[in-house]
Amino acid sequence: MAKGQGAALDRKKLMADPILITTICVLIAFLTLFILYPLAILLVDSFVSEEGRFGFSVFKRIFDMPNFTTAISNTLKVGFVVGIGSVLIGLLFAYVEVYVEMNKFVGGLFKVVSLLPVVSPPFVLSLSMIMLFGKSGIITRFLLGIYDNSVYGFWGIAIVQTLTFFPVCYMMLKGLLKNIDPSLEEAARDMGASRMKVFTSVTFPLLLPGLGNAFLVTFIESIADFANPMIIGGSYDTLATTIYLQITGAYDKAGAAAMAVVLLCITLMMFMVQKYYLEAKTAATLTGKASRARMFITDRSVKIPLTILCSLMALFVILMYVCVPIGSFFPTWGYKFFPLTGKWFKLVFTRYHGFKAFKDSFVLSFIASPITALLSMIISYLVVKRSFRAKGFIEAVSMLAMAVPGTVLGVGFIRGFAGGVFHTGFLQGLYGTGTLLVIVFIVRSLPTGTRSGISALRQIDKSIEESAYDMGADSFTVFMTVTLPLIKDSFLSGLVTAFVRSITAISAIILLVTPQFLLITVQINEFAEKGSFSLACAFATILILITYSAVVLMNIFIKYFGTSRKIKEDF
Amino acid sequence: MAKEKKGVTLEHISKIYKDPKTGKEFYAVQDTSLTIEPGTFVTLLGPSGCGKTTTLRMIAGFESPDEGEIYLGDEPINELTPNKRDTAMVFQSYALLPHYNVFDNVAYGLKLRKLAPEVIKEKVLNILKLVKLEGMEGRMTNQLSGGQQQRVALARALVIEPSVLLFDEPLSNLDAKLRVDMRTEIRRIQQEVGITAIYVTHDQSEAMALSDNIIIMNKGVVAQMGSPKEIYYHPNDKFVADFIGEANFLEGKYLKDEGEMAILEIEGNEYPVFKNKDMKKDEVYTVVLRPEAASLAEKGGLPCEVVLSCFMGSYQNYHVMVGNTLVKLQEFNPKHKRIYEVGEKCHLVFDPESVHVL
Repeated sequence: MAKGQGAALDRKKLMADPILITTICVLIAFLTLFILYPLAILLVDSFVSEEGRFGFSVFKRIFDMPNFTTAISNTLKVGFVVGIGSVLIGLLFAYVEVYVEMNKFVGGLFKVVSLLPVVSPPFVLSLSMIMLFGKSGIITRFLLGIYDNSVYGFWGIAIVQTLTFFPVCYMMLKGLLKNIDPSLEEAARDMGASRMKVFTSVTFPLLLPGLGNAFLVTFIESIADFANPMIIGGSYDTLATTIYLQITGAYDKAGAAAMAVVLLCITLMMFMVQKYYLEAKTAATLTGKASRARMFITDRSVKIPLTILCSLMALFVILMYVCVPIGSFFPTWGYKFFPLTGKWFKLVFTRYHGFKAFKDSFVLSFIASPITALLSMIISYLVVKRSFRAKGFIEAVSMLAMAVPGTVLGVGFIRGFAGGVFHTGFLQGLYGTGTLLVIVFIVRSLPTGTRSGISALRQIDKSIEESAYDMGADSFTVFMTVTLPLIKDSFLSGLVTAFVRSITAISAIILLVTPQFLLITVQINEFAEKGSFSLACAFATILILITYSAVVLMNIFIKYFGTSRKIKEDF
Repeated sequence: MAKEKKGVTLEHISKIYKDPKTGKEFYAVQDTSLTIEPGTFVTLLGPSGCGKTTTLRMIAGFESPDEGEIYLGDEPINELTPNKRDTAMVFQSYALLPHYNVFDNVAYGLKLRKLAPEVIKEKVLNILKLVKLEGMEGRMTNQLSGGQQQRVALARALVIEPSVLLFDEPLSNLDAKLRVDMRTEIRRIQQEVGITAIYVTHDQSEAMALSDNIIIMNKGVVAQMGSPKEIYYHPNDKFVADFIGEANFLEGKYLKDEGEMAILEIEGNEYPVFKNKDMKKDEVYTVVLRPEAASLAEKGGLPCEVVLSCFMGSYQNYHVMVGNTLVKLQEFNPKHKRIYEVGEKCHLVFDPESVHVL
């Protein structure tokens, strides 16, 4: 059988569409140059020894460093504990939300908890952890009178990361639980199983691959996290911070490259298992859309303790988040609380170039976000709706970016662009410019946008676009008049997510930023490192304000200009 | 619409797909040649997976044939993309643009052709009148019933005045009664416009009601092409006979000729059938007997035993055993006829001219 002619014709039809071809070429070039190439150069660099010979000498050198091997075991330990903790808390929240009757107040708490990590910078919880439980923490020192409590180290990181990442698990597991057909559980109840037995023999086994999935997602997030270990880790170094110190402290770029390769290998492995094994299994065990609504558990002996437990935890998380804005109004944290003052904000803007920091962060993110949103919609469109040879490549690379920790990408960009592409000087001018920072922002937010774009597009009947194509529209017209209007909501939220992710990003950017740019996140990190928590809080408060208003604006926008509800019911 | 009508010709078309599970390649459509005359209504009919939709999508341009060439009129169109082909398709799911109202949906193709707004308006209103949707142009598509949505889809395809109209199972999402109304409507409009139409369906009554010609497909190849009558009365093979309507198959050995009749030995009894082809002596042939062509009698014909007898209102439904062969038959208007009960012995009779020898 020869498929030659069909393939040749498909190719010819594709070529008849110059805009599409150009888009695909530009995309491939972008993905290769800014995602694949930096990772490739890391590999090359770490296998070429200082004398220029090919071999394992660099790896041998870093594995001889005791602090590196400790960092590996530290990272894995934290990742494991955080993964387990987040899945358990997430499951509790998800179960209570889906199965137990809740009043409006508790429902509201749950919503806030799920939203908070989205709008807040990554290290807010570390800051508030130190401010609440540290040496001069309000709770430890003032309420309990403990003067030497140390939050730095393993437990600090583990607690803060668990509180940061469990909402992600909660949202994932909620989706899964909602997809379990209640009649399965009712059938088990009907045959005489107790509620506990139903959970252990029906719900839990159905959920198991999903739990594994959530665990690995959190695990990857945890080992890739840079900001929290940086602020609250103290001397407890993880891989991400070790790599950062190897570059900024020891100026050992080859060593850092090799370390980055190790970190990348770990996350990639986890990512592969998660993506290709567990995700498929999760989908396979789902029974599809629930045929009818689930009967809530109204039994007070179950309902009251679960609701109280979850509400207390939710309140605690919310307290941790509001602690930062409140802290920025205290004259001296831990010593003097009254009268409330605006002096830290004043200092931010007068002495510490606050205005420039906000302008730089804002402008760079503002440029990056529409590009990211548009790119991710184009990628989703190509992946879901078109078929061409390079499609697999585009999909794989944009998903790969999801598994790449920011620190690894940062090192890759340093190695890849500081001396030009392949150290030839080509594109060297890019290094240190705002353009490169914008590109880093784009690469960092692209996978999230693409993922949401893909799932939005999958819900749209393929024949809607085909019909437009059939009526005589070319790909560009189809995309502009049909695809984009139909996924407007997804595009808008992609826009804001990209903006929020960019303006709160730190892991990759901290390695690449030059003195000419002041970024808020980098400032917060610096002040927190120095122990000026009030200043860090003031910076963080303004950052939260910006991100929160972006999200609010988006919601208003979607409400008035988004796809109308009526159309949505069609899908 | 004073446009020249065009036919469609397929020359040795094949399409190869890969089974996603086994990775094996197979022919979805194999070496298919067809000629569809200008202005005719042709149906591609077959069970699911027979290659009918693939064939239609190749004509529309969404799939590219792996072998062979497709012509629209005299022009080869293999290399043209769907938007450059002079065809318009009506989709199974209607595929209306949900963010546009009825008018904008219908006007979409005209706007792409950059016609003047007043021309567009005139054409759209005319076509909406043709599909009986006057006054609905301001509605959003989700405010319409399924049948109305299907009319919009049809209007949208008609308004760009294509040479060929393609239908991909357009009625399968409608309920039974609406389906019957809509197919009459589609036939009326096609006749009024005089356009060439190619229609894919798995519903034989739809195919019968609509078509000038039916093309029956099975496992990627054309099993038979012909008018509904030809296909019903003179099926090429067992598959076609069984697929269109109900069919009983009687096996009989050819003994001799008797005038225009051939005498077959069926389950040990001699019975004459009309000789519709050359037959060889002592060979066993299969005879197609339609349920409505047979009846039961006290004597004559083939002896049989009743195994099911069921009153259906307009007819009495029988299953009888003729030797080892099960025959299903229907006696219409049974009110004043003798009803045979289960277990009764009787005789199966049929007109020698109303059967078809395969």
